Amino acid sequence: MILNGVTIDDEFAEAFGMKATRVLITAHTLEWAHRAAASATGFATSVIACGCEAGIERELTPKETQDGRPGVAILLFAMSGKELARQIERRVGQCVLTSPTSAAFAGITDGEAVPLGKNLRFFGDGFQSSKLIAGRRYWRVPVMDGEFLVEETTGVIPAVGGGNFLVLAESQPQALAACEAAITAMRKVPNVIMPFPGGVVRSGSKVGSKYKALQASTNDAFCPTIRAVTASQLSAEIGSVMEIVIDGLTAPDISAAMRAGIQAVVKLGAAKGIRRVSAGNYGGKLGKFHFRLREIMAS
Amino acid sequence: MSSLRLTLKSRPAQALDLSPLVPERLAGLSKPEIGALEIATGNRRVRVDQLFSVAGDPGLALEIRDGCDQLQGVGAGMTQGAIVVRGDVGAYLGAGMTGGTIAVHGNAGAFAASGMREGEVRITGNAGDFLGAARPGDHQGMRGGVVLVSGSAGDRAGDRMRRGALLIEGNAGDYCASRMVAGTLAVWGGVGRFPGLAMRRGTLLLQRSPAALPPTFNESGTFPFTFLALLARAWRNLPGPFGKLPESGLQYRRFMGDLANDGRGEILIRV
Repeated sequence: MILNGVTIDDEFAEAFGMKATRVLITAHTLEWAHRAAASATGFATSVIACGCEAGIERELTPKETQDGRPGVAILLFAMSGKELARQIERRVGQCVLTSPTSAAFAGITDGEAVPLGKNLRFFGDGFQSSKLIAGRRYWRVPVMDGEFLVEETTGVIPAVGGGNFLVLAESQPQALAACEAAITAMRKVPNVIMPFPGGVVRSGSKVGSKYKALQASTNDAFCPTIRAVTASQLSAEIGSVMEIVIDGLTAPDISAAMRAGIQAVVKLGAAKGIRRVSAGNYGGKLGKFHFRLREIMAS
Repeated sequence: MSSLRLTLKSRPAQALDLSPLVPERLAGLSKPEIGALEIATGNRRVRVDQLFSVAGDPGLALEIRDGCDQLQGVGAGMTQGAIVVRGDVGAYLGAGMTGGTIAVHGNAGAFAASGMREGEVRITGNAGDFLGAARPGDHQGMRGGVVLVSGSAGDRAGDRMRRGALLIEGNAGDYCASRMVAGTLAVWGGVGRFPGLAMRRGTLLLQRSPAALPPTFNESGTFPFTFLALLARAWRNLPGPFGKLPESGLQYRRFMGDLANDGRGEILIRV
């Protein structure tokens, strides 16, 4: 499949079952909601070492939030509900509770309820109080700028993590420009996040390493500077490869995000130095979700 | 929705206990069976069709016409369905109900919504004393749901209230929110003497400043409380002023007390 001069490899992205929740963070201004959200989703690029993968899903208008203030929706993903619950509590406790004027609410009410403010309330040292409003419990925790309002629980549901595609370009600036265009398009898709910095990862990995202590190492087949000494998958004209990783609440959400992103890449086309789009997988044996590039782009 | 209509033939000399006539019980009966049900009045039991004319279709909707203050326990213990009363009702309206809705187009007697756990009660007229309060011997009053009184309420509204929202568009009498344990009691009009006396936790939300507060309440200052936006949004579908409460821009003075009883309750007064 060749679209606008860009070859779409006959490959598939291999993704895994995860657990996810959405937290709605509001504040006095959208800027402060963003600050709290950015902090809460920081250092959350990969479950390998961060505990969870998290990112900002979208901005919320005052009409969309429970307290009528501007807000930001974040999504958090982890390999187990238990680890996700731990991460939610740490991140909301250290990054949202601490952020001026903030409040935090459940963005998912289905699934298993895990603590959001249920334990954070004890920061109130006995001065906290609860309100049961429309069947949902909220905690009012006194803090120095007023009150931190937080919903007691948030819902954890099954989700999908690790959708991806690779952008292969003639040069580093061209690969970066294509990925930026892709991320701009993908951020309009609901229920997904791209957890790496700016949504883009340049250090794609393979399973295993020559060093026994490491579970993963650089994806040498896609590293242009060592193509002379590896089983490279890069032809001579490829000078840079970047990857976009997608976590989504459902498989169709990831498919929609991949389609939007690849369409944006293809739109730049060969004229802008984009030669191929590929995907990362482990032979199909590890992850139960397979996203075939050509099927996604043909649908 | 089709409903069963019970029209009171004449005002009874003694109070009637209507608590057996809840929608979920009547839904499976025919009109003759409903007419043959017996309800207590004084030390006697009387057939329903001796007191009411029975019409309409039995189901989860019940309409009581020509109500009066002798009709006690209307909707008490109901779990689902809807009751509409045209006229007044006596004491214990919706007491202990765990679901469904009650609309009274008239006044209600004492202890309305006492022990209520879930559902909604609307009273277009006035409510008597002990609205949402604990009955003698009970540890807790209202424990959930929403009660909206378009008129005024008597003394001791919300006494020992534990959870839920009690909204009074008119005035509330003395000792409003006394011994309150938790929940939200909001009064749009004025309140009588000693509001919040002995309250432990919970919120007494006032739109007007009372003449005086008990000396065991201390002021914490004036704030725009975020949680009030959630309450305002939850009440948005209600008729009357509470349904129009702004979600933002309001400031409330916060008085904490009763310091003689743990002191974690609050009286919020709109400024």
